[in-house]
Amino acid sequence: MSAAVPGVVETVEAHGETTLVVDPARIVEACIHLRDVEGYNALVDVSGVDYLGWGATGVAGYIGTPHGRDLHAPGSQGYQRVPDPKPKRFAVVYHLLRVSDSPARLRLTARLDDGEEIDSVVPVWPGADWHEREAYDLFGIVFRGHPNLVRILMPADWEGFPLRKDYPLGGEPVRFSGER
Amino acid sequence: MAVVPATRIYEGTRIPSPCPTKLEIDPAEHDLDDILTVNFGPNHPSTHGVLRLIVDLDGEHVAGIEAVVGYLHTGFEKTMEAKTYWKGITYPERIDYLSFQANELVFVLAIEKLLALETPEKAVWMRMCLSELNRIHSHLVWLGTSALELGAISMFWYAFRERDMVLDLFEMVTGVRMHSRYFQAGGLAEDIPEGFYDQARTFARHMPRAVDDYEALLDRNQIWLRRTKGIGLLSAADALALGQSGPMLRASGVDWDLRRAEPYLAYDEIDFDVPVYGNGDVYDRYKVHMDEMRQSARIVGQCVTRLEELRGAPWIADDRKVVLPPREELHTSMESLIHHFKIVTEGYRVPEGEVYVAIESARGECGCYLVSDGGPRPWRVKFRAPSFAALQATATCVRGTAIADLVAVAASLDPVLGDVDR
Repeated sequence: MSAAVPGVVETVEAHGETTLVVDPARIVEACIHLRDVEGYNALVDVSGVDYLGWGATGVAGYIGTPHGRDLHAPGSQGYQRVPDPKPKRFAVVYHLLRVSDSPARLRLTARLDDGEEIDSVVPVWPGADWHEREAYDLFGIVFRGHPNLVRILMPADWEGFPLRKDYPLGGEPVRFSGER
Repeated sequence: MAVVPATRIYEGTRIPSPCPTKLEIDPAEHDLDDILTVNFGPNHPSTHGVLRLIVDLDGEHVAGIEAVVGYLHTGFEKTMEAKTYWKGITYPERIDYLSFQANELVFVLAIEKLLALETPEKAVWMRMCLSELNRIHSHLVWLGTSALELGAISMFWYAFRERDMVLDLFEMVTGVRMHSRYFQAGGLAEDIPEGFYDQARTFARHMPRAVDDYEALLDRNQIWLRRTKGIGLLSAADALALGQSGPMLRASGVDWDLRRAEPYLAYDEIDFDVPVYGNGDVYDRYKVHMDEMRQSARIVGQCVTRLEELRGAPWIADDRKVVLPPREELHTSMESLIHHFKIVTEGYRVPEGEVYVAIESARGECGCYLVSDGGPRPWRVKFRAPSFAALQATATCVRGTAIADLVAVAASLDPVLGDVDR
């Protein structure tokens, strides 16, 4: 299937789920193909992910693998390995669903650098509207061609993008009475 | 029967263009000098929380509308990135505060999927039992408040009478009435108390009769019928394009339920029907909710029967790296004390990977996208909120309605603003 989808750079099968990594420049093309040819008629979710600092702290130890665990094996916990590096800082993740007699799910991932833009899929699935606004609001990912790309969850005059990894917890400025 | 119906509720599409969630005034139909812009909410008793609708009115008619959300944004996803998985379980419940156990369940299922952790049969059936009780609870609050807004005040008291019975059951099992944190990665927090079986079975028998009573009150009420039938239309094609799920889809004729399409827990081992109605209006959404409550009661009955057979069986996986050791062992076993300490302070580590788990919550597809870097805290956790998707259909549904219908339509989308804003 993935060979026919335009713009696919990598196909990952894990945990019984299929992920297609798509060239961000061809995301709309890939989505139109998946909707019209493969029958993925519903876009369930669009989510941003920030991989800043991924694997940098060395906390990634395993107590197991997806295939189960052998608690008697030496080194079944601890710092065995760091996670696979991510080539770019951000990822936009699309979850597609085929609502039909043969249901199927598919995940599309587009990797983006900081400041890199991606085309909006609102023309493909109108339901992408708010999901893309949310990803813009919380991660600062710009969706080109979105009809109304403004903040949705945060106030319109908010500074910064809260779900970025360099945005600290408790980073909300505190106002005091009498402050101008 | 085809999943997506061929018949159409209206011709073509009604999704506004270019922005699908914003209905703009059509200058060909409305005199712009006559337009009155009204701010509906965010503090309004009929918006089921803090939803703000900016409505452009031409007389009584809605000429333009935009939904504004975010007033309840609390940054749950950001907070959860700083908590261990074990501590994070309390957060998803507070996102959708009416369907709390569904959110808790979907997060726990996502953790278990990454850990490849098997749960004992008893936990699977109890999770199913509580999820269905929770669906009834959520639908009852929806029914009571929605009918109240259209003037059927007595419905509120009747719906809350049965809701209290559900909450009594939750209290008996988990110790609290809402936000129970009863599901753990690996199973349940505690064994099922002995009195639960009889009380749950009594409730499962009582509930269908209660739904009959509700319908007797509403289905022959001319005001209710006229204010719900043919109002808030949404076709199957538009519903799918807008990413709708759950009762919204089923009221538009789409025969789709994740419990049957992608069975999780043990939904493939029980009998239940999926109610589907085809008119896509407020009334059909109400009918779907009513039928679902009957079906949920039926599932609860089957779960209780199965759970009674599983008396004495383990309720949580025996995996000391993930599951807290039994309390009494802490006084005698050094090993157990270490495990307890490690899980509570450091948390268990979840293998690197990303998963998406979806379940059918009371208001549709409740999903959890979980990314782990192999550490004890989630790298990214994203909840796919069914209410968020449902509210995107506001502009499509209110096309051509009057301001008074707006209340009925907004209520029929069944939004929980905590779920929308997260």
